Amino acid sequence: MAGLFSGLFGVGGGIIIVPLLVLWLGLGEREATGTSLAAIAIIAAVATAVHGAYGNVHVGEGLLVGVPAVAGVLAGTQLQQHISTRAISLIFAALLVATAIDLLL
Amino acid sequence: MLIGLVGGVVAGLLGVGGGALFVPALTLGLGLSQLHAESTSLLAIIPVALVGAWRQRAHGNVDLRTGITLGLLAVAGAAAGAAIANAVPERGLEIAFALFILVVAWQLVRRAFREEVPAT
Repeated sequence: MAGLFSGLFGVGGGIIIVPLLVLWLGLGEREATGTSLAAIAIIAAVATAVHGAYGNVHVGEGLLVGVPAVAGVLAGTQLQQHISTRAISLIFAALLVATAIDLLL
Repeated sequence: MLIGLVGGVVAGLLGVGGGALFVPALTLGLGLSQLHAESTSLLAIIPVALVGAWRQRAHGNVDLRTGITLGLLAVAGAAAGAAIANAVPERGLEIAFALFILVVAWQLVRRAFREEVPAT
């Protein structure tokens, strides 16, 4: 399902995977976001290989964004352990609304 | 790159890839085309997702079997999705997806106020 949406709309899988895990499979918010990252690692690796074969992937630029992002994800996962699951859900809902507005405009 | 850093924080906090922030960083900041930016953002997402999943696993928050199953299913689904996306009008898809995630957002908000698990 997430892959279907990802391919359909060109969005990352996480925006669908996290709610899917929470609302459908009944995982907790922290478990859903952690599990989502594991799934995304696989999706991104395959997608990078496919796009790389077409010569669309710029390694230098990817690292320029990806390396600071790794520092960010360390901070983000740490921060997440200290906020309530309700806050995680509400921030995630805000991300969904922002994405919807972006799509509609 | 500051946007990369912020994208990483969002990725870790919400369990998403961070591509929504990486793509504008690559187009506006580094001058890549939309297609090349989207492709390159996938490369940036790999270490982010791996490190994020590794940290969350240390906190006991990764259901590895579900994650791997979903990841593999998503790869299969992405091919089908891309085929459908090429067959139907893009604007209709965007509106349908926007409405769909608004409903999902509403469900998450409702759920958030039904039960509360305090921070550890």
